[in-house]
Amino acid sequence: MIPRHQRIIVSVLLAASLLMGVVLWQLRDRAHQRLMAGEDSAPTRAPEVAPAEQATLLVASDADNTLFSQVRLLPLPSDPGARARAVLGKLLEIYSTPDALHPAPGGAGSVTQVFLLPAVGEKDPQHPDAQLAVVNLSGAFVASHPSGLETETLTVLSICGTLHANLPRVTQVRFLVDGAQHSTLAGHADLTRTYLAAEAVPTEGSHP
Amino acid sequence: MPVGIEIRPSAAAGNCAPRSRRVALWFVAATAAAQLTCAAQAPPASASPQGRFVVVLDAAHGGDDTGGRLANGAPEKNFTLGFSVRLRSLLTARGIQVLTLRESDTGIDANHRAELANHANAQACLSLHASESGSGTHLFISSLPSPARAGDKNAPQPARFAAWKTAQAAWVPRSLALAGVLNSALQHAGMTVTLGRAAMPGVDSMACPAVAVEIAPERNAAQQTTAELDNADYQARVAAALAAALLEWRADAWQSEVH
Repeated sequence: MIPRHQRIIVSVLLAASLLMGVVLWQLRDRAHQRLMAGEDSAPTRAPEVAPAEQATLLVASDADNTLFSQVRLLPLPSDPGARARAVLGKLLEIYSTPDALHPAPGGAGSVTQVFLLPAVGEKDPQHPDAQLAVVNLSGAFVASHPSGLETETLTVLSICGTLHANLPRVTQVRFLVDGAQHSTLAGHADLTRTYLAAEAVPTEGSHP
Repeated sequence: MPVGIEIRPSAAAGNCAPRSRRVALWFVAATAAAQLTCAAQAPPASASPQGRFVVVLDAAHGGDDTGGRLANGAPEKNFTLGFSVRLRSLLTARGIQVLTLRESDTGIDANHRAELANHANAQACLSLHASESGSGTHLFISSLPSPARAGDKNAPQPARFAAWKTAQAAWVPRSLALAGVLNSALQHAGMTVTLGRAAMPGVDSMACPAVAVEIAPERNAAQQTTAELDNADYQARVAAALAAALLEWRADAWQSEVH
């Protein structure tokens, strides 16, 4: 004969087990619903390609130490920083082609970022909203850039000139390499100073 | 005509002092007068038509800084050192005093190069480089803006004490003139010359007419190489043209001092 109190305890434990089973089932359903809801928030539309616009590139030529302008149609983003990076990417892509007049390996990925900040120094009344562009180059590009006064200077000036031609508010340019200051591009051209972008824009075919 | 300066002891001293002291005073005054007379007769060294003329040759790179890599695999630092020695010999043979900043494979900081050049008080400073890109000889002067433009009386004049990083700014007009003389001599020797301006650590701190000379292989119109950098004859032709230009620069300097 089973005592009465033991029958009560077994009944209570059985009821608690059933209750816990129901609760666990409900929690599982809720977790499944949350997971499905998360999947629903994932993007389902492909990103839109920016419309092609005219971009002016100041392309260097080693043969006669000149910069000449080239107009290209490029898909340019609306954000100025991304726009600057896209234009410079195209410029360096031209330099990485086998028949380039100013060969420099690396291509479009050589410009990691372009930051646009308010210009430093005295305010120019003609350009009250002048900007400083900080161009972050990849270390691989700098390591593989041909060494020489002429070739390094042309690369720096063509970057400065191209930035000013497409973003006229950019009046000053500074350079970083992998996010840090670097003394020279490949042993010659100074990368520690602030370049005045307008001075890099030459008249057609002139020497920088 | 030089004018001697006579200094006599003052009447008060002559009258009041004892005889021995009066003789001593007269001797001191006479010595001072003689020194001043000599100083007045001898013109300053820089004003002499045959005055001091020093050229600084800066063989770029050295030590751990190898510079670029040339076509034959040699580092740029070796070429610049060899060319510096070659040019020094030519200039010394022509009676020009030369200071070379590097005589061996040692690394020299850009600031130290400028310090050495500035201490020399030179009339021409050449920074020697080599590159495989481009053709002929590339002449670069500092891209620092000149503080005073010709004919602009209101423009600021070069300060006695210049900022270290922009010391070359006051010398940009003279550097341009030196680059012009070098350009003429190289073109006269039948070489391709390109001129440009660049920001160059070291050169931007030099207080002398300074030009960076970058020598590249000689190429024809079709961009075919006609003389490599290790061609001794090519190096000799470039060095001879530079030496001829510096002789002309010295003659111009002396002529302008006479006038």
